[in-house]
Amino acid sequence: MGRRFLDRFLRPVLMRLVQPLLVALIVGALGFALMAVLPGDQAFRLAAARYGPDMGDAAAAALVRQELGLDRPWAVQFLDWVGRLVRLDLGHSLVTGEPVLQELTMQLGYTLALAGVALPLSALLGLPLGLLAGLQPGGPVDRIMLGLSVLLRAVPAYALGLCLVTVFSIHFGWLPPAGFEGWREFVLPALTLALGLAALSARVARDSVAVVAASPFMAFARWKGLPERAVVLRHGLRNAAIPVIALLGLQLVGLVEGLVIVESLFSWPGIGHALVHAIFARDVPVVQGTALALGLIFVLVNALVDLACALIDPRRARAET
Amino acid sequence: MRTLAPGRRLGLLLIVSLLGFGLLGPWLAGTDPAHQILAHSLAPPGADYWLGADHLGRSMLARLAHATRLSLMLAAVTVASAAIPGTLLGILAAWRGGWVEGGLVLVADAVLALPGLLLVLLLAAFAPGEFLPLYLGLALAGWVEYFRVARAMASGLLARPHVEAARLLGFGPGYVLWRLLLPGLLPTLGVLAAFGLGSAVLAISTLSFIGLGIHPPTAELGSMTTELLPYAYEAPLTVLMPAALVFMAVLGCHLLAGRGRA
Repeated sequence: MGRRFLDRFLRPVLMRLVQPLLVALIVGALGFALMAVLPGDQAFRLAAARYGPDMGDAAAAALVRQELGLDRPWAVQFLDWVGRLVRLDLGHSLVTGEPVLQELTMQLGYTLALAGVALPLSALLGLPLGLLAGLQPGGPVDRIMLGLSVLLRAVPAYALGLCLVTVFSIHFGWLPPAGFEGWREFVLPALTLALGLAALSARVARDSVAVVAASPFMAFARWKGLPERAVVLRHGLRNAAIPVIALLGLQLVGLVEGLVIVESLFSWPGIGHALVHAIFARDVPVVQGTALALGLIFVLVNALVDLACALIDPRRARAET
Repeated sequence: MRTLAPGRRLGLLLIVSLLGFGLLGPWLAGTDPAHQILAHSLAPPGADYWLGADHLGRSMLARLAHATRLSLMLAAVTVASAAIPGTLLGILAAWRGGWVEGGLVLVADAVLALPGLLLVLLLAAFAPGEFLPLYLGLALAGWVEYFRVARAMASGLLARPHVEAARLLGFGPGYVLWRLLLPGLLPTLGVLAAFGLGSAVLAISTLSFIGLGIHPPTAELGSMTTELLPYAYEAPLTVLMPAALVFMAVLGCHLLAGRGRA
């Protein structure tokens, strides 16, 4: 009884509320620790970032130390750090000196644009194929789809991207290998992301369609004389969509990971690229800000997926609220 | 072996042959993977270099074999470090229930709040290019999956009549754990582990490719691709080799895991 209550009711609701806070806390704690363990005096680093490398002298460092209270006990500093995080005061980049929040909003636009193209593209590639395969399990389409999906999922995303660049930019010269001006620059990064995601979603769609197609309620809908269109549209698709949407949530882990890889590969000026660069440059405020943004995107999309599942599946909405 | 489906047998065969390549390759190559002969830069595959030489005239066979062994071993260590504690904690949670379970579930949910790669990247920021943060990150992000599965399955098993009977008859926790719980859990956990092995190989090579994993001059499949990329025109085949090995390793793991997991 206790476990069921915990699993079915308390946890999902609580997690939705707690998750963003947890993300902020974990990222914040790691950022704080990172700042503390990096070699050199923190105050000098911050002063150099704020006033330029030439002005980062002892006086400026003392000023920064005074202002940020870097001489206080670390527990107090940590609470202060979390407090600033909660107010979305992410500090300034140690490299450019710009406010992190300002850089983030620009990068966020690029990342969302890329994800916004890649996700529908992956649905367009994967779902119809999965649907066709699932309608005839064991048939030729099914076998080809399964084989493709297994093969494609074993290709590292960076290798897939490189192959696409080799074929479409270098060999044929159709598409630019990097850059971010027009729609042509979107094609290769979005396709790299979408192919990886489609390999999984086609597989999930296939399984879920196969289960629904073999289910007694589909047979019953036919027996009672419903036209085939109504059987598939009203009883089939809606039921098959539930696991697909639920698994979209899992897929979004892949999306966040894919964004980091694909943006780095194509020098796309988004959040994932910025995160990798900031790690190289040991630019802690930017590392923290970008990680926070990616984490919160993940949480938000997860919540949206849950909401979509509840909307599409009346049973689930009744069971959980 | 006899009980395995053909697809899974193929996967096992792939992994075993890659392991064999990793173990025998250095001996076959006969040279050190770091030994450079600049005059042989980008030598095509031939009698001297069975798989050619890279841009610094190092034997590709020796480097690929070392890198394959490194990848598989690192991945295996990572998976073991995630699977063993994850499974034991899952069983503990199901067994004890109460606040032990509540606390562990809370920690697991906290880890799940972040995408795994993000955790790995954040830890990698502490010491880019070193294995320890990479390993810690992958293990920390990975144990949750085993924990959740082990907990769910163990709580089902613990309620089964034969397990309850054994506990009532006074068999100790060791007997129940080894004889009754683990045999029931192992097939599912094995599938998870095989899948996890593939994910770990992929993650390690990907992070090394973007420069946050293992750095050159150590031969690693991802960083070798990065190193060789500028020579894609001159030696397209050589550039493909490291990525092809990653592909084979991951494919082998996925096939071994079977169709049990989407």
